[in-house]
Amino acid sequence: MIDRIAQLGRATLDMLSAVGRAGLFLLQSIVCLPSREGLYLWVRQMHFVGVMSVAIVLVSGLFIGMVLALQGFTILVDFGADEALGQMVSLSLVRELAPVVAALLFAGRAGSALTAEIGLMKATEQLTSMEMIGVDPLRRIVAPRLWAGFVSLPILTVIFAVVGIWGGYLVGVDWLGVYEGSYWSNMQDSVDFVDDVLNGMVKSLVFGLVVTWIAVFQGYDLVPTSEGISRATTRTVVYASLAVLGLDFVLTALMFGDLG
Amino acid sequence: MKRNSVLELGVGVFMLAGILGLVFLGLRVSGLGVSGPSDTYTLTANFANIGGLRPQAKVTMSGVRVGKVTDISLDPQWFDARVTMEIDDAYEGKLSGDTTAAILTSGLLGEQYIGLTVGGSPDMLEDGDVIHDTQQALVLEELIQQFVSNMAN
Repeated sequence: MIDRIAQLGRATLDMLSAVGRAGLFLLQSIVCLPSREGLYLWVRQMHFVGVMSVAIVLVSGLFIGMVLALQGFTILVDFGADEALGQMVSLSLVRELAPVVAALLFAGRAGSALTAEIGLMKATEQLTSMEMIGVDPLRRIVAPRLWAGFVSLPILTVIFAVVGIWGGYLVGVDWLGVYEGSYWSNMQDSVDFVDDVLNGMVKSLVFGLVVTWIAVFQGYDLVPTSEGISRATTRTVVYASLAVLGLDFVLTALMFGDLG
Repeated sequence: MKRNSVLELGVGVFMLAGILGLVFLGLRVSGLGVSGPSDTYTLTANFANIGGLRPQAKVTMSGVRVGKVTDISLDPQWFDARVTMEIDDAYEGKLSGDTTAAILTSGLLGEQYIGLTVGGSPDMLEDGDVIHDTQQALVLEELIQQFVSNMAN
């Protein structure tokens, strides 16, 4: 019995110290002066994290927009309100689907790769050797990746939303025959740039920070064995997805729930 | 460190795509106009009941869009709704003083908007003028209630 209680206590302490380490880790790697070389490292990571994720975001954005239009049309046409299709597609994409789905894809595509990369560096003692020759791995390895994730996820979200709205246009207007003028004008009447588009951007900035933070921390903090790397990669995807979905509810309640 | 221009080009295109996408979301999706506020003029109208009219709703004449609703507030003097509209500059000084405004519904359940109809008065509406002759929104519940009470009589 006492053993069980001690186990619970140990688990709690472990969790608290992991949270504390993650917080310190974020603070130490984000707060550093930018340098010319740092900028170049950041560009390299932008390519790896951002540009290489464009393809998956394009394809999934297109299909999600098309499915939204198809589903929305079959529901709305019962009420004779199929003119409101543009409004439905654009609001659900800009407010919810683009930030959340892009963040989930990003966690799977880029987050897991970041964890595995940093984890392998740790397992092969590259990080320790860097410290030995006086290069701070937080500055050299972690900071560019964090900033790249923070900047590229909002851009991916914008691309997702634009492609999704275009996909909705293809299905709704070209295929199902919704009048083109009402698709766009209903959208413009109901979407507000600050309330809807910018709030969606705020969401994706938060998601970008959280997902990359979890990914690099899991890589930096793992047990340096091959099993440890595989576990940390799984944890990155699971924790990042749960964090995105949970935070999405909190942010939505603050932005659109008239609570704040 | 060796620079890779292909990689830099890729990142540049990526950033550019993000900026262009945001511009698209601003202009095309949320309908932010490139034109400044100088291209419109303001009219107000008081309605007894605005129904479901919301800011950003369109203002039309003969079904053609000429402006939008910018603000809806309660007039503290008469306790009716004061609706502020921005009308396209091209129609300034061309709408007669006895123009009427009605709140219409597109379709049976669609969005509500304002329809303007010109009268025959020789003096014209200028910036900041008030439309006096208005027709309130059709509220479905009231209509049904009227119908039921008529049936009862």
